[in-house]
Amino acid sequence: MPINLVERFRTFLFAFVLIAASAIPALAGPFEDAVAKFANDEFSDTDEAVGEIATSGNPQAFAIISALQDGRLLADPDSKKVYLTQADGKSIDAATGASVASVPDSAVAVRLNNRLRRTIDAALGGLTLMSPDPAKRVQAAQSVFKTHDAAMLPVVDQALEKETDKKAKQAFVEARAAILLFKEDATDAEKIESIAVIKLRGDQEALALLTGLAGAEQSIVVSRSAASATTAIQSRQTLWSIAQNAWYGLSLGSVLLLAAIGLAITFGVMGVINMAHGEMVMIGAYVTFGVQEIIRTSYPGLFDYSLLMAVPLAFLIAGLLGIVIERTIIRFLYGRPLETLLATWGLSLVLQQAVRTMFGPTNREVGNPSWMSGAFELGQITITYNRLWILCFTLAVFAILLAMLRYSSIGLEMRAVTQNRRMAASMGIATSRVDALTFGLGSGIAGIAGVALSQIDNVSPNLGQSYIIDSFMVVVFGGVGNLWGTLVGAFTLGIANKFLEPVAGAVLGKIAILVLIILFIQKRPRGLFALKGRAIEA
Amino acid sequence: MTPHILTRSLDRSATIFLLIVAAVGVLLPLSNLALPADSMFQVPTYLLALFGKYVCYAILALSIDLIWGYCGILSLGHGAFFALGGYAMGMYLMRQIGPRGVYGNPILPDFMVFLNYSKLPWYWYGFDMFWFAAAMVLIVPGLLAFGFGWLTFRSRVSGVYLSIITQAMTYALLLAFFRNDFGFGGNNGLTDFKDILGFNVQAEGTRAALFALSCLALMLGFLICRAVVTSKLGKVLIAIRDSESRTRFLGYRVESYKLFVFTLSACMAGVAGALYVPQVGIINPGEFAPANSIEAVIWVAVGGRGTLIGAALGAVVVNYAKTVFTSGALAPYWLFMLGALFILVTLLLPKGIVGTFNAWWEPWRAKRDTANEDSAAAEDGVSKPRPAE
Amino acid sequence: MTHLEEPVAAKPAHHAPAIVDPVVAAREAEARQKRITSALLYLDGVHVSFDGFHAINNLSLVLAPGEMRAIIGPNGAGKTTMMDIITGKTRPDEGDVYFDGIHDLTLLDETQIATLGIGRKFQKPTVFESQTVWDNLLLALNVDHRVRGTLFWRNTREQTERIGKVLETIRLTDSRHRLAGNLSHGQKQWLEIGMLLAQDPKLLLVDEPVAGMTDVETHQTAELLKEINRDHKTVVVVEHDMTFVRELGVKVTCLHEGTVLAEGTIDQVSTNDRVVEVYLGR
Ligand SMILES: Nc1ncnc2c1ncn2[C@@H]1O[C@H](COP(=O)(O)OP(=O)(O)O)[C@@H](O)[C@H]1O
Ligand SMILES: [Mg+2]
Repeated sequence: MPINLVERFRTFLFAFVLIAASAIPALAGPFEDAVAKFANDEFSDTDEAVGEIATSGNPQAFAIISALQDGRLLADPDSKKVYLTQADGKSIDAATGASVASVPDSAVAVRLNNRLRRTIDAALGGLTLMSPDPAKRVQAAQSVFKTHDAAMLPVVDQALEKETDKKAKQAFVEARAAILLFKEDATDAEKIESIAVIKLRGDQEALALLTGLAGAEQSIVVSRSAASATTAIQSRQTLWSIAQNAWYGLSLGSVLLLAAIGLAITFGVMGVINMAHGEMVMIGAYVTFGVQEIIRTSYPGLFDYSLLMAVPLAFLIAGLLGIVIERTIIRFLYGRPLETLLATWGLSLVLQQAVRTMFGPTNREVGNPSWMSGAFELGQITITYNRLWILCFTLAVFAILLAMLRYSSIGLEMRAVTQNRRMAASMGIATSRVDALTFGLGSGIAGIAGVALSQIDNVSPNLGQSYIIDSFMVVVFGGVGNLWGTLVGAFTLGIANKFLEPVAGAVLGKIAILVLIILFIQKRPRGLFALKGRAIEA
Repeated sequence: MTPHILTRSLDRSATIFLLIVAAVGVLLPLSNLALPADSMFQVPTYLLALFGKYVCYAILALSIDLIWGYCGILSLGHGAFFALGGYAMGMYLMRQIGPRGVYGNPILPDFMVFLNYSKLPWYWYGFDMFWFAAAMVLIVPGLLAFGFGWLTFRSRVSGVYLSIITQAMTYALLLAFFRNDFGFGGNNGLTDFKDILGFNVQAEGTRAALFALSCLALMLGFLICRAVVTSKLGKVLIAIRDSESRTRFLGYRVESYKLFVFTLSACMAGVAGALYVPQVGIINPGEFAPANSIEAVIWVAVGGRGTLIGAALGAVVVNYAKTVFTSGALAPYWLFMLGALFILVTLLLPKGIVGTFNAWWEPWRAKRDTANEDSAAAEDGVSKPRPAE
Repeated sequence: MTHLEEPVAAKPAHHAPAIVDPVVAAREAEARQKRITSALLYLDGVHVSFDGFHAINNLSLVLAPGEMRAIIGPNGAGKTTMMDIITGKTRPDEGDVYFDGIHDLTLLDETQIATLGIGRKFQKPTVFESQTVWDNLLLALNVDHRVRGTLFWRNTREQTERIGKVLETIRLTDSRHRLAGNLSHGQKQWLEIGMLLAQDPKLLLVDEPVAGMTDVETHQTAELLKEINRDHKTVVVVEHDMTFVRELGVKVTCLHEGTVLAEGTIDQVSTNDRVVEVYLGR
């Protein structure tokens, strides 16, 4: 209720302002005269007309000027009548608002030039400054900030006085500062104050405004203060762009980590290079697709829970598939890592083709649940919810896995087999069972990764392919047999990639990373966090 | 010295292999050119081009077998050397087009005109001369392999690590060659070739000659590989494959040996690529795809690694199967077949076709041989190289 | 057992150390001036630890040229690790390791050390299983081991004779065309000793040569090692088998937890209280 009251009060206020504005000039005539000026077919007259209409306070003003902008305002030079074609195709008399049956053939669209277009923009901006919707007012203030047309100053001042919304008020203050900064007769003190306001704003537009000032003639104090504000904004922006890159890097790192953890486990424990790992990720993504498909057709209300259902399902399906693969193929190839690599590559071809036959070669639509779509601003960086969730999810998976390896008995057995397979076997650990479970676990995690990746990537049979080389790089870089190595490796590579990208471009950045890894392997052939010991040398 | 190496390299099966390749290299082009088109024995030009492709693949397979079968280096990036050789040849062919391109620019290839290049990039200089391009076919893959090998072998990167890194290498090249501003035609690669050494690449005579040349290159490559693996160096390679550190403790500088065969093998792959390009008429970045390299490895596995002949045979057999399957109703199933091939060969036929055949045939022949002559081979200290275990 | 002759041919070039690294060269020049020791092998104050586990602690060992030394010690005493240090497989954290009084082995890698003339037989027999006995010996032969040398290698009568002689010594003449992988365990041990002989090093490191051998074979191995030693080769033998060590009849060093526990004749060492304590438990 109170909101409603405030709203109503606003509307009332707004109406009052408009009435007040229109009450000062004579009640009849000027508005009609102004409209008639359009028919003169002179740019200067049109310009005047726009100015007069905009400040007239007439409720038709907005409609007329936006029609002018869109070329829907027709003028008949003979009768000096001006017509407005509405969006629905019907026409009205612009001055009176009465509908007309037909527009005479002699009526032509009022011509515009660039200067006029700017005036129109500003005028429209000024009109929306009075909009009852605060978001619209902010938008309008922003556009005034950009155009900083001196003619808008009175309107802005007026609006500012009445403004109660905090955000909108700030926007008006900035718009005012922008206008003053470019107003020829503004005092230096006013200008310097304006610069301070703009400097506080500190974004790309503020910077553009200040650099635009450099062209105009200014007193030394003003240009000095503008220059210092420019550098201040620039350095702040560098910081923000570093933060933005770091965020992108963390986000990419989390994706890499998610894709690589499973690989690190199978490679670390079993020494097996699973080239079909990417396909497990792909299968996880298709499981998500399947779950969403069923929900869409049968239980649309549950859509927001689709991912929560897909995660355990993907883990199970991919994990079981992994165990089957281990039991039927990998098991026979232990001690022959290169052959394992080839066989699993063959497997990846088969899985890809199978999915292609079942679901078709094209991308499949996987939707974001509502809690995963959208974004929010943190200072000057934009953070999308899906990326944020994936980062959290990855860290959670990592923590669970770490805890599992440390505290569960199967984890203990896995670590034992990693460190010394033969010793573990002679201690009575059923290494073949551990192998099967490890492979299942690695594949299951790949499946979970697929659920997450379906939210940010195209779900197609080639999904896994695009991650496999990167995940291997993470494992090679991070070192085998240590999950922390994988974590550090993934985030290092992710961040390095995103910081190289703006400098070198996406492709060259990627190449540079690959080359750097090759060089890194020189120094530490076993990665960042290498296991030591005799077992490794075998 | 040369005859000594020759007699050592040419055992019975090697001689038979060379004779067959020579016969194919002479008879097929002859039948294509000399026989009338309606004759039963005439080999149509499109088949000749297809077989020419297989022969190039066979050379690539040989080069992989040399390092994998004999030295245990599994390169998943040999397609890169093949493609680099191909690009070197493609650059020569591009420059031969001269003013006959769509844009008629006498110096710049069409794609450069299209991409608003104002002048030829420096690395395209010299490719208008055949000898230069031919040298680059060897030098570019050789240098890359040498640099790459020097970095990795020295720090003792081996096994699956090395395989993964080689895959990353070809992947990086793939990305690079896809870029337009890299100066190699980007996505589309190099194509629309007109002539080679003044002969029209499309002409039947040229195609026949290219086929014969490919066969000759295969024979030469085979001989070089045989000479290497039957020398004492071949024994050192096998020693490295079986126990790298033991070989070091005997005083061999393992990284030098690896570097030598890796570079030699890359040069061979480059030659294969160079012969491939004029016969298929195009080279594009797709040749760098990691999948291509790994597919080439499976040819070797199918034929039998560590046998050389098997590698060549495997390349032809698998690619023939690919042609048959992908052109028929079975096309959607080809990837299933290829995938199954990877799995089944590694599981059930680890020695490959030739290796398995040898395992059956050798004991029988050994019995017969010992009956004939006792131990002549022993006295000159050279025993037959063994197939891979 | 035939008497083993020094091969007649001129010493192959590769025994001259091919040193390129300026650091190594400088160290050697310095060492040559000082010539700290006349010992062939000189270890002093060597420490090695693996992830905090001290495998070798302040180990010192001096071998005169032409000496044979037996090293005993319980499992995990660091005997194999000591050999790893000498042959360059493991780098010591601290300490001096000199060969021939001039070569600082801590600066060289396995290949360089082998080229200096240090041969090694491993605890677990490691022969090239997919190659013939003959080829195994050929690979070990101390001729040019560089790439070009092996690519253009040609057999000579002299090399054939040397291999033939080694084959006779290790009693594998009849098996020379068999694959090494098909030999019995004892035969592999002998083949590996044969490879050492073909290598013709100045210093032989032999790790547990009689493990898995019958008594007769053990005796024969002892004889063989003694004979090798008579040819003025320096030999280090690691062995558990006390009868075997007794049969060698040489100075014995007992290692324990990476340090020298006792040194002397076999009788002195085996009656040493601390040694007894270590072997029988406290
Ligand atoms: N590379 C290594 N990494 C970790 N520990 C090692 C390594 N090499 C040797 N050790 C340890 O050092 C100790 C000495 O081993 P070793 O020299 O093999 O003893 P032995 O006297 O039985 O030959 C053992 O406890 C072994 O586990
Ligand atoms: Mg030991």
